[in-house]
Amino acid sequence: MSTATIDLHEAPADSSLNYLNNGYGLKSWLLTLDHKRIGLLYLGTITFMFLIGGVAAVLMRLNLIEPTGALVEPDTYNKLFSIHGIIMVFFFLVPSIPATLGNFLIPLMIGARDVAFPKLNLMSWYVFLTGCCFILYAVAAGGVDTGWTFYPPFSSSYSHSHVVAAALGIFIAGFSSILTGLNFIVTIHKMRAPGMTWFRLPLFIWSMYATSLIFVLGTPVIAVTLMLLAAERLLHVGIFDPAIGGDPLLFQHMFWFYSHPAVYIMILPGMGVVSELIAAFSRKKIFGYSFVAFSSLAIAIISFVVWGHHMFVTGQSIYAGLVFSVLSFVVAIPSAVKVFNWTATLYKGSISYEAPMLYALGFIGLFTMGGLTGLFLASLATDVHLNGTYFIVAHFHYVMVGGAVMAYLGGLHYWWPKITGRLYPDLWARFAALIIFVGFNLTFFPQFLLGYLGMPRRYGVYPAEFQVLNVMSSAGASVLAIGYLIPLIYFYWSWNYGPPAGPNPWGAKGLEWEIASPPPTENFTSPVVITEEPYNYPTADAEVALE
Amino acid sequence: MAAMQLQLQPPQASSIAGQIDQLYYLLTGITLFFTVLIFSIIFYFMVKYRRRSKDEKPQDVHPSLMLELGWTIIPSLICVVIFVWSSSLYMRAYNPPANAVEVFVIGKQWMWHLQHPEGPREINELHIPVGVPIKLTMTSQDVIHGFYVPDFRVKKDVLPGRYTSMWFEATQEGTFHLFCTEFCGTNHSAMIGWVYAMSPKDYAGWLANGEKSESMAQQGEQIFNHYTCNYCHVADGSGRGPSLVGIFGKPEKLASGEMRMVDEGLIHQALTEPNSVPVAGYAPIMPTFKGQFTEDQILQLIAYVKSLGSQERANAK
Repeated sequence: MSTATIDLHEAPADSSLNYLNNGYGLKSWLLTLDHKRIGLLYLGTITFMFLIGGVAAVLMRLNLIEPTGALVEPDTYNKLFSIHGIIMVFFFLVPSIPATLGNFLIPLMIGARDVAFPKLNLMSWYVFLTGCCFILYAVAAGGVDTGWTFYPPFSSSYSHSHVVAAALGIFIAGFSSILTGLNFIVTIHKMRAPGMTWFRLPLFIWSMYATSLIFVLGTPVIAVTLMLLAAERLLHVGIFDPAIGGDPLLFQHMFWFYSHPAVYIMILPGMGVVSELIAAFSRKKIFGYSFVAFSSLAIAIISFVVWGHHMFVTGQSIYAGLVFSVLSFVVAIPSAVKVFNWTATLYKGSISYEAPMLYALGFIGLFTMGGLTGLFLASLATDVHLNGTYFIVAHFHYVMVGGAVMAYLGGLHYWWPKITGRLYPDLWARFAALIIFVGFNLTFFPQFLLGYLGMPRRYGVYPAEFQVLNVMSSAGASVLAIGYLIPLIYFYWSWNYGPPAGPNPWGAKGLEWEIASPPPTENFTSPVVITEEPYNYPTADAEVALE
Repeated sequence: MAAMQLQLQPPQASSIAGQIDQLYYLLTGITLFFTVLIFSIIFYFMVKYRRRSKDEKPQDVHPSLMLELGWTIIPSLICVVIFVWSSSLYMRAYNPPANAVEVFVIGKQWMWHLQHPEGPREINELHIPVGVPIKLTMTSQDVIHGFYVPDFRVKKDVLPGRYTSMWFEATQEGTFHLFCTEFCGTNHSAMIGWVYAMSPKDYAGWLANGEKSESMAQQGEQIFNHYTCNYCHVADGSGRGPSLVGIFGKPEKLASGEMRMVDEGLIHQALTEPNSVPVAGYAPIMPTFKGQFTEDQILQLIAYVKSLGSQERANAK
């Protein structure tokens, strides 16, 4: 027991009262200051956004079955991939794990009553919701067709779509990221229970800390960039459009200064989740804890100086290209270190294969492929050929969907019994994980080949020689879509009818598993004191030693 | 259906394509090796260390600094090898050979304009001779485009307000796709064309049989005279503006004292924002021609200024 002062089995007097049944009215949710309820508010919001982004993706893949475009006009296709990218990046992936699982778990994992600033926490959800409204308005009013990258002068002077509304939506949602990051940093610094030293923190907390640093340092840059874009579009101030005295590459520098770290905002939390899952389902302390922890910080820091690898073919100087290339190789190393450590954790473990573990193992495999294909793009000579093609699309989705989304789903399945107090059918969950893994690879592996063959991204119509691989990809996308729908169904069932989970259905270590499921509103009913290392699973050798 | 074929490798149709592919194969090999390695280890551990009883306790494993260092240093060394190989290939292929033939490219929504110095213009088609290095000098009339010929393994963005360049040398005859790779609006995916790589003999025939037109430099000279540029830019240097003879490709001193290389970009800037680059010793009285010239005309003027240099050298000999 890591907390000598808590006895799980002896529940408090009103044991039936928890954060979920502590008030049912709409007001009890909309005005809640409970980090757990706020996490659920985010969960609902981003699930809704994910569905919209997903529908856009399905329509794109349907269109690409025919080389001439099977479904929609070129302008509509351009809006579909823009909406898909903007929503999935800024309104799903960026908030996904931090705002839902992070909000729910950080106080539980460090032994705190709540986050440092509960009102700020609620405000950040409202800010996010406002951003969502802007982007949904942009979609409903006719869409936006700039891609998620908003490159000027197209976006500032040529596009006839709702660029400003979309940019404002991202601008506003960005403040939600900043406030959440700030809240987490202060919480992790100041709210840890006595005895919870930095090296006793679960690795999920380390990754959330690294993510929060990027939130706070990077997000203001994208906010400024998008404001300048809006100013140029509305007021014709020459900033990016050379026709009025601007510099189009300036935007790309500023955009990627945020957006490259932002891909680590999306993957670092996933790495944190996977560290928790691997430890829990092999009943082992994570191999090389401090290397995994510090590699998160290394990634967060180095990620700020690699943005130029998005611009190797823009006419950037050859020396800038060399520097950004070498730095991009450097940022790959901490990720490799994590993969090796996760794999080594399995060694001599006691491994079980419930659904969350399947997601975690899927993550390791797909993230390995996503990371290694990144080397093709860090390398100057091959990037020239592959940049701007489907190879980029495939690489990005292997990291973001094969990595971040797999980890998000794995985390959701792992902590679902804690969040809801109920179990879901594990067989169905394993089946869904398998379908998602297969569907994912069917969808995105052909895109590596398409990219090498030279098919550019963002093409709604394409030469006929690319059709076979596109049809394969579209077929895979339908499998993937079904895979994503299955958890929605059994989670809905579990929420209403699932059998009680008990405090610790996985037999996992960690403070969050030592309290009731769902947790009481105040999290811990008695003071928490930490006396031992994280992931302190009993080992067979230790028993032998004791005898 | 004839089109429904599965092709896995694009043709290697340029002098660098083979070298890029070798690096690509190495990277693919590394990716496969580590993916298979990680997958195999995971599967092995999954089977060997599967939980056999509910309260099974795992064995103790001690941390290993040697392992941590090993799997930090070995991937780092692999990255160094890739970086050195890739960067040296990139740098060798970066600058065009001195004997490269120049072709001018203008991207506009949603077509490619190509102009040969000899005069012929093409839209969405580029005819080139095999075995001759071709240097493209590119700009855009509106938004950012990307010029990409997959079978040559070359790509460069095409930006408004500045010139970018790239080069290639076709090694086999044939027709090769040309794509726009930077999203540029409604018909981005239709902004595609073909590169026709021909034997030098066929190419000479194509040039000769094409519509008779003046060279770019001659067209530029007409614009130069029509807009009375020649009133100030007198060849012997006695005018109110600097002589342009022999100026291209050489450094020129600006009023600020800064030395600037006279290249396509500087001439473009001098035409659109003359007061931003006043030449030392001359009053900043040149009017702006912003919005008066198309990008095609500016390229013709540049070709004319370039030709003044070569005439001077020819005369000196």
